[in-house]
Amino acid sequence: MIYLDYSANTPADPAVLERFVTTEQTFHGNPNSNHPAGLAAREELARVTDRIAALLGVAPAELIYTSGASESNNTAIKGIARASRHVGKHIISTPLEHASVSGCLTALQEQGYEIDLLDVKRDGTIDLEQLRELLRRDTILVALTAVDSELGTVQPVAQVAEILADWPDCRLHVDATQALGKTALHFDGVDTMSLALHKIYGLNGSGILFKRRSTPMEPLIHGGVSNSIYRSGTPTLGLAAAAEAAIAPALNQQPERAAIVTRHNARLRKALAAYPKVRINSPESAVPHILNLSVQGVRGEAFQQALASEGVCVSVKSACSAAGMPSRAVLAVSGDRRNALSSWRISLSHLTTDEELTEFLAIFDRCYHQLTEGKA
Amino acid sequence: MNTIATKAKALIAMSGGVDSSVAACLMQRQGYDCMGATMRLYRNEDIGLGQFHTCCSQKDIDDAAAVAFELDIPYEVLDFTMDFREAIIQKFVRTYEAGGTPNPCIDCNRVMKFDKLLNYALEHGYEWVVTGHYARIEPGENGRWLLKKALDPAKDQSYVLYNLTQHQLAHVLFPLGGMSKPDVRKLAESMHFVNARKHDSQDICFVPDGDYVKFMEQYTGKHYPAGDFLDETGRVVGRHRGAVRYTLGQRKGLGLAMGQPVYVCGKDMARNTVTVGPESALYTRCLMADEMNWIAIPALTAPLRARAKTRYRQVEQPCTVYPAPNGRVRVEFDEPQRAVTPGQSLVIYDGDVVVGGGIILGAVPDSAT
Repeated sequence: MIYLDYSANTPADPAVLERFVTTEQTFHGNPNSNHPAGLAAREELARVTDRIAALLGVAPAELIYTSGASESNNTAIKGIARASRHVGKHIISTPLEHASVSGCLTALQEQGYEIDLLDVKRDGTIDLEQLRELLRRDTILVALTAVDSELGTVQPVAQVAEILADWPDCRLHVDATQALGKTALHFDGVDTMSLALHKIYGLNGSGILFKRRSTPMEPLIHGGVSNSIYRSGTPTLGLAAAAEAAIAPALNQQPERAAIVTRHNARLRKALAAYPKVRINSPESAVPHILNLSVQGVRGEAFQQALASEGVCVSVKSACSAAGMPSRAVLAVSGDRRNALSSWRISLSHLTTDEELTEFLAIFDRCYHQLTEGKA
Repeated sequence: MNTIATKAKALIAMSGGVDSSVAACLMQRQGYDCMGATMRLYRNEDIGLGQFHTCCSQKDIDDAAAVAFELDIPYEVLDFTMDFREAIIQKFVRTYEAGGTPNPCIDCNRVMKFDKLLNYALEHGYEWVVTGHYARIEPGENGRWLLKKALDPAKDQSYVLYNLTQHQLAHVLFPLGGMSKPDVRKLAESMHFVNARKHDSQDICFVPDGDYVKFMEQYTGKHYPAGDFLDETGRVVGRHRGAVRYTLGQRKGLGLAMGQPVYVCGKDMARNTVTVGPESALYTRCLMADEMNWIAIPALTAPLRARAKTRYRQVEQPCTVYPAPNGRVRVEFDEPQRAVTPGQSLVIYDGDVVVGGGIILGAVPDSAT
């Protein structure tokens, strides 16, 4: 099996697993309990949280542990909407968002919120001019992905934060799920940010929500102060320690990891460019970990299935309900519906080997000729 | 040659099967501005599948999407699950629980394809809804639209289309009405459609394994209790496994050994009994039908000599149709008919033309006796 779907899920780093197991074995107390076992756990959690905060460059009190980016997104968006309801009910977002963001917005729309989605320009980034035009006195939130999961384009978070400096009642939520470990995170001017550990060789079911101390947000999961006043539940010390063990190398080794991925990306782009029907959709400025392409005249699902039958794992954006709908991100950069319907995504890792890519290219070649034979 | 006029827009209801795929192809060749759509009618959970299993209708959607891609027409999946649950699945369960045998495909045509989907099409600027049904729509002499049988009698599906109103008929096209099934498959193969050889689905779409009682039990959470089989004198002759499992005329699966073949000839849902009798007990000449939809005529004001079907797979039988109070009809067949079943549809024909149809309430005594 050749795994090229790291943007969907990553294998847990053995060091992360080890850290999780040792932490679980060493600390059995509930960090809320006032006895030696509880105190030991609480102190370890405080140390871990301090270190994660230091790695990210934020304050420990600004970190909330969640079950993943979906929960973080839900907590932030719904919590800010509720807390800001006296200001207004207008929210601006993008068509590039993960379902846990767009789903929230749909739910809020049904409750009477007005949602505007920014246009995506030909370079794959959101239209900042349009953002300036859409902002109103009753706009309470801009929800933006830091890196688009389909193309890998880096969205202008810092510029959005700058624009929002003139709109003090409007919060900025950033979904940094695909950005952590791949590109720099911008916290300035950002109210809330979602991070997911399973994208950076950490454990599934573990996420972090950054919330600026001054940002009002009503909790999603009520129930006291155990984890945070913003999210109840017995603090998951094992997962927090595992998160630290994943975040540290993701940030500290980012340059080395990025160099490997960049090399792989360049090799693939060069090799695939030799095929006349291949069109690379990811711009050069996208993170190197994501490479989205189309084989003209072949449906994305069909190519992906052909690769899958030979043991290659890549992804197509098609949730059950969106089947047949072209990828909006690819449609925006190519302006071509048929091209968008033909797109699929490779996502790379520093763990990807040269041999894997050599074999992938051989399989790609077979699938390409098989599926494009006899077509104009 | 329309260079200035915009092309007429048609929404093709694509099931993923070969018929609707060829219908889309034909519409495109005729110069219509086409869009394909598949109605999502239910989810895994509705039909008792775990949510982590591959989506039940995914293959059909993939096939339809692949054909749309080949034809280069836009394609969408429309989520109609809520309406389907309320209008089709719940009616299906209610009919069985009331002792009848429903035909959900007829309800689906009436409520989903030619009502909800048609409204969706009209709202989005598509003046035509197109399906792969084998039937024909033609203008009649009295200014009404007529629904007629398909040219290929083996494939004629006019029986399931009798609920079409004049408004609907004015906006529906059946491009396959004049074709034979073999020709349709040949065309699909020449277009290299992935579903050219896909077999025609025979079952109820939301009960893929055919076990509708299991479906109802998991859907309603009810258990349909065992009860007594009675003979025509009312004597208990055995135990049935839940009255909903049996349909009028059924012989197999009764688990009764009575010396000669017996057939289900009645059900009392309130008492939870199923009556069995000899085959002769199944034959009746008269029935009442309700919820009539008239196509070839505006209404029935006088007795009508015609031919009618009381089930899908049947040759029409000569009869006289009498108007009855409250929009109902009473039908007297020339010959006794076997197992006239409440919940099934009565469709009245004048030659190839569908005069109208409705839902059978049940057999009634002959007026002559």
